[in-house]
Parts: sequence; C-alpha cells; structure tokens
Amino acid sequence: MIAVDHLNVTFRSGDREVRAVQDVSFEVAAGESFGIVGESGSGKSTVLRAIAGLVPSTAARLEVNGRPASARRTREDRRMLQFVFQDPYASLHPRQTVDDILREPLAIHRIPGIDGKVVKAIADVGLLPAHRFRYPHQLSGGQRQRVAIARALILSPPILLLDEPTSALDVSVQAEILNLIGKLRQGYSLTSILVSHDLAVVAHLCSRIAIMQFGRLVEVITAEDLRTGQVTADYTRELIAASRGFTRAGA
Amino acid sequence: MSEPLLIVEDLNVTFPGRSGVTRAVRNASFTLGRERLGIVGESGSGKSTTGRALLGLVPPPGIVTARTMTYEGKNLLTNTERDWQALRGRRLSMVMQDPKFSLNPVRTVGQQIGETARLHLRTSRADARKRTLAMLEAVQIRDPELVFGLYPHQLSGGMGQRVMIAMMLIAEPDLLIADEPTSALDVTVQNEVLRILDDLVRERGMGLIFISHNLTVVSSFCDRVLIMYGGRIVEECAARDLHNARHPYTRALVAATPSLDVPRAELATVTRDPAWLQ
Repeated sequence: MIAVDHLNVTFRSGDREVRAVQDVSFEVAAGESFGIVGESGSGKSTVLRAIAGLVPSTAARLEVNGRPASARRTREDRRMLQFVFQDPYASLHPRQTVDDILREPLAIHRIPGIDGKVVKAIADVGLLPAHRFRYPHQLSGGQRQRVAIARALILSPPILLLDEPTSALDVSVQAEILNLIGKLRQGYSLTSILVSHDLAVVAHLCSRIAIMQFGRLVEVITAEDLRTGQVTADYTRELIAASRGFTRAGA
Repeated sequence: MSEPLLIVEDLNVTFPGRSGVTRAVRNASFTLGRERLGIVGESGSGKSTTGRALLGLVPPPGIVTARTMTYEGKNLLTNTERDWQALRGRRLSMVMQDPKFSLNPVRTVGQQIGETARLHLRTSRADARKRTLAMLEAVQIRDPELVFGLYPHQLSGGMGQRVMIAMMLIAEPDLLIADEPTSALDVTVQNEVLRILDDLVRERGMGLIFISHNLTVVSSFCDRVLIMYGGRIVEECAARDLHNARHPYTRALVAATPSLDVPRAELATVTRDPAWLQ
C-alpha cells in the first residue's frame, strides 16, 4: 500500500543544510496501522509529510496506494491520502463553519451529493447535527479534532495520515478520539500511519512501530515487542524505560 | 513527618465575570511537608490556579479566600504585596511550564539568573556570577560558561527548562511549586529534569508541589497525589496507590490512559457525574 525506500529529506537555509530524514525505508500493507515514534526533531513528522507530498523529498522508491508517487501529485493522488494534524486549534479555518469545512474537499474534488455526505460525516465522528453550523471557536478541543477527522474521511480515502492527533488533548478526550480513530479505521477499512511521541498511544493503536532518532530509522518492531521489551536497539530500550515513568538512580 | 511547611484549609478562588462567578478552586484543603506532592487534573481543574494562589499570584479580578493558609506558621491571607515579595523567590518559588514564554528574551541566561541571586541574596556581582555558574552546573548543564552568555532563543527546550529551575533554585527556596515543568520536554529529557528536582527534595529537604496532567509521571515521581476535578480535590492518595484509587473520576482517568503494559481493545471514557462537584 505504502512503500518507502531510502527516503531522504534535506532542508536548506542559506548555507546551512539539515538532513531531516536520512535513508528511511519501510512498507505498510493494505489495512495495516503503522506507527512512527520519536522525540522532537527525529524526523517523524517529516516522513509523514514526505509521503503526503507536502515537502520535497528524494527516494529510491516512494509508493503510495500501490503506485509510484511523483513529486507533483495530481488531484486524484491527493484524494487517496488525507491528513489529520496535531493542533485542532490551528488546523481549522476560524471563519468557516463546520459545514463549510466539510464541504470544501467535496467541492474541490467535484464529488456530488455534498449534503448527504456532510450529514453522514458529522454523524460518523460522533458530533450532533446541531454542530454543523458552528464555528471552530464554539467547539471544544475534542470536538474540533472530530471535525478534522471528519474532513479527512469525507473523501473516503484509503489512506489516513495522523500527526500527533491527540497530543493537544486531555487524557479523557484523548481516549474518546483514540477510540473513534480505532472504530473508523475498521469502518472505512483504512491504511493508517500514526506519528506520536507517546509510546503508549502508538502501542495502543498500531500493530507495527518504527522508532526514529536524529532523522534515521532505528528499528521497526511490533506492538507486542514494545510491550515485552523484545527490542534490539539501546535507544528503543531507553525510550521505553523513560515512558514507563520516573526511576530513581540506582533503584 | 515533622511540622508541615504549608497548611491550606478551604481554599477558594473565584473569578467574577459577566455571566456570573467562576469558581476555579472550591474548598481545597491540604498540607505539605518536606515531600513531593503531586496535583493532577485535566485542563480547567484548578490545579495551576491552586499553585498560583499559594504564591499570591492569582491575577485580578480573581479573589482568593481560605479558612487557613499558612506557611511555616505564618498567615498568608493577610499578606500585603510587600510581604509577598519578601516570601517569593527566597522562600516560595514557582517554575512555569514553558521556558519560551517565561524567560526574558532580550537578556542572557547569566544576567537573568544573576539578577535573582543579587536580589534575594544581596550579594555582589562577582559572587552572583560564581553562584550562577555553580547552579547551572548543578542542573547538569554541561558547559555553564557557554550557556551563561546565551539568550533564551539559543537554548533547546530541555536546557531552557533547566535554566528556569536554576533561576528558581539559586535563591534556595524551601518550597518549590513546579507547574507542568516537564510537559514540553521529550521523555528522555523529562527524566533528567525530574532527577534534578528529586535530588533537591532529598538533599536540601525542600518541599515540592508538582502540578501535572500526566498520571504516569506523577505516580512514579511523587510521594502523595491530589486529584482535582472542577476546582475540587476529589481524592488524595499515596502516589504508588494511584492505580487502586477509589474515586470514580480518578479510576476513570487511569482507565482512559493508554498503557504500555496492558493492551486494551478500547479505552474507557470518562462519564462525568455532576455529584462530583457537590
């Protein structure tokens, strides 16, 4: 479904060069939920953006939806793959109602039956019909993230990319959104890639997980490996230990 | 345990507004000894406001009332601004969440920490510099001389957080309130910062109030935990017993947190009961 082979992303500013992603390779099968974890600056979000064609990249092979992805994506390419971003406060247009926000992708892709699709999307993500004509500032953080998910799914894409979808939310709201993502993934038979700094969130939602550090892929493990600590890299071990909470030196 | 540092009984913080009065903190009572006390809760639970009230830093038009609020036997409720200034920094101190917004962007690290030392310890410029460098080293900054001359935008998140901790600790407070001090940090850096705080509590006998939304961090780091919901303290328990908590809200929070150890098909969601606010 998605194949990434020796992906490189380099940002240049002046004479400075930052190799944000270096020789990252992995494959995601159809229907699989793949996770990428790493700390800030590890390049995890950049990998996701490169797959979506949002940043220029070079790769020996980059396949999306089983087809080679060109640098310039067609409208059809873009429909296949939709994005949910971290900050629900920043990723919705403040002057558009939920209705406007959900209509726009359908209008861009000239898909008929807009009304029915908007109503269905709102219901699918657990919002009420009354939310349809609200503005983002009239919604809570969790409700906004539901709108962002509805916007991504309204085109029925086969692939969903999630960049820290619950990092800005409280624990109780995070649980609701994670459950929703889990449910929709089955309902829409989605292939998904989830990026997060939170190992527990990734282990909860993903079956296979890539660990990244300094722009490189450290290793790819299963959620089961992560739970049982069956990992080969020291960095992964360190990350797991740190995620389990504070330990006193010598304890 | 010896005499508590801080005694709070029936603390209330209210903010009058156009649509009535918002009760940010409701009848909160607790004590603090020379220990690590955690306060957990979600956004709007009143945990940060509680911390601010203890330092007299609730912004107007907020109103703080309490039956008792004493620090080492001294009544804090009758404090004038001048009294607060004598306490703040030297005795009570607070580390804020985000170094990006809490450090002065146009002054170097050394100037900012040094100013704290000179103000509170009434020491000379040369001595302040010496103390600042020693403090930067104490919070495990590798090259104190270099960092001394840097501006906040030149620091990474973890370094910025350490600089803030250094700034608060240079005046050697007896009680430190840390408001989400590690939330902006990567997990591996987070533990280094926690270790610094932990050493200070153990070696200097400092009291620490650790405000956080992260149950894993609080239960592994603190001695005791207060759980806040809607401005009220709904439960107090030993940190290691957090997973056997009794209050339905605490239990729901624990069950809603994804766990590395126990795979769950679905996470429990929190059903809020209006009775929790009674």
